[in-house]
Amino acid sequence: MRAVSVEEAVAMIPHGASIMVGGFMGVGTPERLLDEVVRQNKTDLEVISNDAAVPGKGVGKLFDATLVSRLTATHIGLNPKAQQQMLAKQVAIDLVPQGTFVERIRAGGCGLGGVLTPTGVGTLVAEGKRQIEVAGTTFLLETALRAKFALVHAFLADYLGNLTYALTARNFNPIMAMAADTVIVTAEHIVPVGVIAPDHVVTPAPLVDYLITNG
Amino acid sequence: MDAQAIIARRVAQELRSGDLVNLGIGIPTLVANYVPAGLKVFFQSENGLIGTGPIPEQGMAHPLLTDAGGRPISALPGASTFDSAMSFGLIRGGHVDVTVLGGLQVDAHGHLANWMIPGKMVPGMGGAMDLVSGAKRVIVAMQHAAKGKSKIVAKCTLPLTSARPVNLVVTDMAVIAFADGTATLVETAPGVSVGEVVAVTEADLIIPNAVPEMQI
Repeated sequence: MRAVSVEEAVAMIPHGASIMVGGFMGVGTPERLLDEVVRQNKTDLEVISNDAAVPGKGVGKLFDATLVSRLTATHIGLNPKAQQQMLAKQVAIDLVPQGTFVERIRAGGCGLGGVLTPTGVGTLVAEGKRQIEVAGTTFLLETALRAKFALVHAFLADYLGNLTYALTARNFNPIMAMAADTVIVTAEHIVPVGVIAPDHVVTPAPLVDYLITNG
Repeated sequence: MDAQAIIARRVAQELRSGDLVNLGIGIPTLVANYVPAGLKVFFQSENGLIGTGPIPEQGMAHPLLTDAGGRPISALPGASTFDSAMSFGLIRGGHVDVTVLGGLQVDAHGHLANWMIPGKMVPGMGGAMDLVSGAKRVIVAMQHAAKGKSKIVAKCTLPLTSARPVNLVVTDMAVIAFADGTATLVETAPGVSVGEVVAVTEADLIIPNAVPEMQI
């Protein structure tokens, strides 16, 4: 793990990059990283995030600045700008059931090719997907999801990069921290090694590539 | 009593002590207000919490503790938090006893459509498809009709949420149970006759000899 400024971290992200962004309706989203993505005007981003949040918050900021070319998400209903950009075909949107979304990312981070889920069988979600029967039940084969970058928000990060999360801000963060080539983390508090007890570490330090410094 | 309160009160009667329950947005959210005192029910919020509590008092909200719509909530003593893989493992894995969801249409076989209106409204399915696929019991809480048109239809014209039928639909006019591909009128709302329910229901209903009134 290397501690870097937010400017330095975002400078590593090229235009057109695929980025996973933690958070659920903007809760547990690394806002400082997204603000800097907007400031550096990184365009044509392929974003993987649970939702489009709302304008002015979380991933919503990327839609405000029209930086997104593709979004893989489970729900965009609370962001009218994301809906408008989808209807105007400025943004390609893949809608995925939430349980499938997280399992595809988990698979991507755990070296699996995909998962078999009953969710979506017999619906529009099944179109174009392989169906596999196991012990009399039909499942959809849902393939793994990975990205070049994961932008993760933690509650505590120690000097080595061990992470914990708080309350409902955990959501997709620890799963995404395993499913990208480069993992960049912001934390509410940076604390000395040992403050987070081994039993309480959720994301182990070796998974974290860059920790954004304070200030 | 208004339509939403009738529905929420009646759905609350379906909950049992010890149940793990997931409530969708809209009318389902109101069900938590009518859980009988003394009944210990665990409410899950799919963004990663079991033990959701009421909206915090003024000035007590925590920005990292919200419901699935991003609104501040509280957590009850004994609450637990977890990541989204765990949350949907609970849902898909059959650990959630009851889910209560809103609906756009439910058909005679119990198939639910509640996530999109092609060409008009494409918000995304969020957790709805997983909830209907995986919860032990699926209850739909919705108005019986919208703009004079029955929401309980012969066959869903909107895209389905799941191939799995729901168990129960509670509306402002009736309680309808689904089993083996049929719909049975179980109860009527206070002051509503069986004939009135049948008249505004597009799907064929099995009508038992005696149909009691909701006790709410």
